[in-house]
Amino acid sequence: MSEKVKDLRGTRLSAADLESKDTITFRGRPNAKYAWSAGIAYTKYLEELKNGRIVGRRCRQCDRVLVPPRMFCEQCFRATDEWVYVKGTGKINTYSISYLDADANRIKTPILVAVVDLDGASPGIGILHKLGNVDIEKIHVGMPVQAVWKPTNEREGSVTDILYFEPIKEE
Amino acid sequence: MTVAIVGVGHTSFQSTTPDISFKEQMFEAAVKAYEDAGVNPRKDIASFLTAAEDYYEGYSIFDEFVPDQLGAVLRPVCTIGGDGLLALINGVMQIETGLFDVVAIEAHSKASDILTFPGIVTHGLDPIYNRAFNVHPYFVAGLEMRRYLHETGTTREQCAAVVVKNKQNALSNPSAAFAAKMTMDDVMNSEFVSDPLTRRDISPLADGVIVMVLASEEKAKQLSDHPVWLKGVGWCSDTPWIESRTWSAAEYARLAAERAYKMAGIKNPQKQIAFAEVDDWFSYKELQHIEALGLCENGEAGKLSEQGNFSRNGKLPVNVSGGRIGAGNLLEASALQSVLECVLQLQGQAGKRQVKDAETAVAQSWRGVPTATGCVAVLSSEL
Repeated sequence: MSEKVKDLRGTRLSAADLESKDTITFRGRPNAKYAWSAGIAYTKYLEELKNGRIVGRRCRQCDRVLVPPRMFCEQCFRATDEWVYVKGTGKINTYSISYLDADANRIKTPILVAVVDLDGASPGIGILHKLGNVDIEKIHVGMPVQAVWKPTNEREGSVTDILYFEPIKEE
Repeated sequence: MTVAIVGVGHTSFQSTTPDISFKEQMFEAAVKAYEDAGVNPRKDIASFLTAAEDYYEGYSIFDEFVPDQLGAVLRPVCTIGGDGLLALINGVMQIETGLFDVVAIEAHSKASDILTFPGIVTHGLDPIYNRAFNVHPYFVAGLEMRRYLHETGTTREQCAAVVVKNKQNALSNPSAAFAAKMTMDDVMNSEFVSDPLTRRDISPLADGVIVMVLASEEKAKQLSDHPVWLKGVGWCSDTPWIESRTWSAAEYARLAAERAYKMAGIKNPQKQIAFAEVDDWFSYKELQHIEALGLCENGEAGKLSEQGNFSRNGKLPVNVSGGRIGAGNLLEASALQSVLECVLQLQGQAGKRQVKDAETAVAQSWRGVPTATGCVAVLSSEL
């Protein structure tokens, strides 16, 4: 606590004080639940992940392949034209090593987050995933990686049907 | 003020749209609006505004999710945390600054994605004073309706007449979600939600997207043969204390209208306004709003409604589109649905429900319970 705050009048409350009956507190939790409609593009992408495939959409005007697929091209502002299957291999565009989990707990085994530009998708059109089976010291931008899939019977139509991306061993 | 609407586009309004995402819906409406205006958003539109409320979307900072489907990537974009009419008014002001000459406005509802709508509305109540009673948040409308009926002598039957009219009007609106041939008995005998408010007094939620293109006077004349001019705008908020509001009248709407009328040079709205699209989230709200807009004397809207004054062929048609009750409650987008109807009517494009010889119209919005916030815009086919 800073000196400034110490100078302020009032009573410091501990967690125990807040739980006790001596303080007046209110608890509220929003009842906010949603079922987002996936739509045409997300649905196809998720269904194909279940099949062990990665699908995108091509815009014939700018000749880009967008992965995950979008039904419209944000550059040309027109409907995209066709489904395109891309490979489960690619290169690391950027990565970060996170030492905090979603609840901001410090974790011993860091989570390796990466954007992977897949082979067959246009440059700079990447997908977000995790890295695994990799020596942290050796991760680098441009590193060739490949998708490691869940066993077929465990896939459920989710981005986690890919377990992680691992380095492609050089021959 | 010299800003016009030069293009409109919208999806149909439906009770549910599980097959497509909000992005795909927005894209559809945007393509139609830009086609109507004859503009390419990547070159011709300088700024984009969306009306959205994060809790309706289930996304934080929803602003970030709109550029792609509006053609707005790497362009000026902002989201207005208000209804579609407030977004439109902000678009008008952006043009009035001289900074931009063509601006796009978007508002949408993907209400069918919300699983806990009462929870979302309750979250808008004061957490300490107003959330303690575990009651459906439409109790606020029940309280307001009771006091409005009590003070003005308006009857439940007169409120029911609004429902019958708007459902009937929606039968001639191919975009409407909840058109129906309904009788007074159907409304009067529906179950109470929060007495005196019945289930049929409440507009059912719907999905839909509306996009509009606004332009400066010079650009509007180039782009459109039938621009619809914004003659006056106003917006206003009452106190958030539901315990100390004026229940019997929509003061926010009265003051917003006063401002808009002054700007538009409307001195006698009953004579100068040809038709109105007003908020009817609940049946009695249409009556309150008609009174607030000065389209009749205070406390007279119910009686006049019963007599057919505000019917499609009446003296001053109100909610020819069907309003929220007939076209569907599009959350923040119903405000633009009201504007959309004004535009179609003033351009003579309203088909079967066309109001004859209309030159000036008023659109009015309200953000629903527990708010006391709304906007008004006066529109005209003449500059």
